[in-house]
Amino acid sequence: MAQLRIGELNFYYGFTQILKGIDFSLEEGKIISIVGPSGGGKTTLLKLCAGLLDVVEGEIDNSFSSSAFAFQDPRLLPWKTSLENIMMPLHVKIKERELKEKATALALKFGLEKSDLLKHPKDLSGGMRQRVSFARALIGEPKLLFLDEPFSALDIGLKKELQSFVLEACEKQKMSVLFITHDLMEAIKLSDTILLLKSDPGEIVARYAIETSQKERDDAFVFEQTKGFLEDALIREIFEIKVNA
Amino acid sequence: MKFLLKVIKDFPWFLWSGWGSIASIFLFLALWELGFQTYGELILPSPKMVFESMGMLLSDPSFHMDLYLTVKRGLIGFSVSLLLGTLLGLIAGYFVTASVMSRPIVTILVGIPPIAWIVLAMIWFGLGDMTVIFTVVIASFPIVFVGALQGSRTIEGDLKEMMESFHIGFLQKVMDLYFPHLFSYLFPSWVSALGMSWKIVIMAELLSSSDGIGASLAVARSHLDTPLALALVSVIIGVLFFVEYIVLEPIKQEVESWRN
Repeated sequence: MAQLRIGELNFYYGFTQILKGIDFSLEEGKIISIVGPSGGGKTTLLKLCAGLLDVVEGEIDNSFSSSAFAFQDPRLLPWKTSLENIMMPLHVKIKERELKEKATALALKFGLEKSDLLKHPKDLSGGMRQRVSFARALIGEPKLLFLDEPFSALDIGLKKELQSFVLEACEKQKMSVLFITHDLMEAIKLSDTILLLKSDPGEIVARYAIETSQKERDDAFVFEQTKGFLEDALIREIFEIKVNA
Repeated sequence: MKFLLKVIKDFPWFLWSGWGSIASIFLFLALWELGFQTYGELILPSPKMVFESMGMLLSDPSFHMDLYLTVKRGLIGFSVSLLLGTLLGLIAGYFVTASVMSRPIVTILVGIPPIAWIVLAMIWFGLGDMTVIFTVVIASFPIVFVGALQGSRTIEGDLKEMMESFHIGFLQKVMDLYFPHLFSYLFPSWVSALGMSWKIVIMAELLSSSDGIGASLAVARSHLDTPLALALVSVIIGVLFFVEYIVLEPIKQEVESWRN
């Protein structure tokens, strides 16, 4: 079975240690979220896992056959239309006509209008751009998806919609997700395992497994769990929560 | 091919959008006529006289030869500076040290007036083609070089990282990321270099050559033949108009359509 295994990973920028002794593994069809305060090295960890940064100390062993990355900002190519942007990852891999159909179907499913497909990114709203970026990440049906706070700039409706697409892909295609967030509720809603990363240097200080299946997690469940998390002394310390909610 | 067809298809619309420019040209001609009526024909011959003189020029085979020579020299000089400037600029942009080192050299090249280059070129190469072409190259090279340098320095790390995260091959990266980005910097610099080349070729010919439009201009000056001089100037401008509005602008509008 394919898995992503990280062992004894350290990372430095110059003399500053960013990550210290990171250790976890992600199995097929599972969702792991990494939660922690901003500037704690979460993005660095994700980039290391995705092979966008070179590993200096430690081990990253990725046996998934394909992977994709959705960034916090949409990062669309400004000179390409929405449709061409969605098609980009598979451009040389499958036939143009087939790809166009596939990309159009996916875009429509993600709530884009037919007329949006021929627009350039600058003519789209922020939410639309993020949909395009998401469609681009999922078009290749990756076995492993990296998400770098992609929901953070979205309104609640769109957030829920895109989250349900991710869950659906996990179930249908046995996709695994490694995703980072600073939103506890989001993490509780989506993940099988939550890793708590403290900053300076980034170190995993706690692991929480949520056994209830994602389908059964309704709003009440998420609120209840979040409340529990927020009362956790360790979490309060890591997020520097000083006042009583 | 599809792209070329689109350029041709959109061409009539592009021409139709030119009415505003035509109106301003006619306004200019009217002011010119006013100048003629005020100052007389030695200072400023009427547009009609100039166009008659231009008609004579255009039917004169020896002028065709001059025009051909000038265009040839200009194009050779422009092509050399385009190739050299683009290539060296991209390389210099790729290496931080090279781009830092090349800055003062570019400042020096831009700072030396073309007229000084003509004098030097005349000493080095004597009178003839080589002097003219050299001056054109040295004057328009820095423009292209700076454009290419800035283009390759400003490729967005974010987009590059995005391409890498999808494991995109080098060839597709060139087609989808590097080329469109670089082109938006290179194309305007090519256009200004072309305008520069055309001006410099005339000036260099006027001073250092016995044939070409520049040389004809020198003859017109020595005969105090103002209509001929203005007719030559009109031809020079006509060529520039043709290249800029009929050849370059439609290409630019197609390629840069994502901007507006």
